[in-house]
Amino acid sequence: MNTAVVVLLVVATVTYGFKAAGPLLLGGDRQLPGWLLRTADALPVPLLAALVVVATVVADGRLVIDARIAGLAAAAIALALRAPFIVVVIIAALATAGVRAVG
Amino acid sequence: MRRPTGQTLRVPTPADPASGVLSRRHKRAIWKQALSIAIAITPFGVAFGVACNEADLGWLVALGYSSLIFTGGGQFAAVSVLGEGGTAGAAILAAVLLNLRSLAYGVAMAPSLKGSLPWRAAVSQLMIDESVAVASPQTGAQARTYGYLAGGLSVFVLWNISTLVGVLAFSSAGDLVTDLGIDATIPAAFLALVWPRLSTNEGRALAAGGAVIALVLVPLVPAGIPIVAAALAVVFARPWRPGDPTSEPLAVTES
Repeated sequence: MNTAVVVLLVVATVTYGFKAAGPLLLGGDRQLPGWLLRTADALPVPLLAALVVVATVVADGRLVIDARIAGLAAAAIALALRAPFIVVVIIAALATAGVRAVG
Repeated sequence: MRRPTGQTLRVPTPADPASGVLSRRHKRAIWKQALSIAIAITPFGVAFGVACNEADLGWLVALGYSSLIFTGGGQFAAVSVLGEGGTAGAAILAAVLLNLRSLAYGVAMAPSLKGSLPWRAAVSQLMIDESVAVASPQTGAQARTYGYLAGGLSVFVLWNISTLVGVLAFSSAGDLVTDLGIDATIPAAFLALVWPRLSTNEGRALAAGGAVIALVLVPLVPAGIPIVAAALAVVFARPWRPGDPTSEPLAVTES
């Protein structure tokens, strides 16, 4: 078996364990304690905020300030103006492409 | 049936939560978000296919990565380590560190994933950034489950198709992704999905805490860890406070 397939099988198995641990151990009909429900409700917010940061200012494991910042700023303005989701995403791409074309 | 008010991300709760049926309008609003983000990630699926080409993986193994691992970041990490001639151990470690956050997502989604053990085992494969992001702004367990499934399935299908396109049709990605600003669509999409939750002080504190933790840790620790560590910002929600959470609004709710 070649290396890429070994890596695939190991990573897929471990990753599935990560993905399924919550739903299998905590999901279903059992009544979860209040602190766990509140934690579950709050968790996506800091995780998604961290994803936004990492996808905007990280490249090759280092902090990099580039045209993606302009895209994110444009997206934030579009969201504040209540633009629909797909418009927000397109505006981010256009702003980033525009800054790159100029710079 | 009520009209959705305001931005498209806020979908109305079903008129009668006890009926257990989401309105068609509500479902359509959720699918719109799910498909939008799935389309936004397709250039990265193509790029992943190209990376597989460069690492000599072949289309079948590439599809294996996109369907069996099914976490964009982890797949890219593993294949780029292999493409650079790294060892299997290094590739596995990089991918596993990046995918560790699935554990936190699983805890977040567990209260919304009811049903039999085999069902939960099956839908767990869809535990990715995008499915949790589509589920998160929904109100009520049922709409969250629907958002999770819609987000997960949309991305699963388009991610695998775009991977295949990348493997078979492109020998090199070139600079198309950066020239067209496509790399900025991902943070914009996640910002749009977390946006409804920024309307409360608690939501803003959670987001700011997560963002600062990630920002500070990026130069210090291996990739993947900053996002996992951002979960610590849940302390801003004071989950230990007394009271019955089922009597509280679970997310940003429109009253």
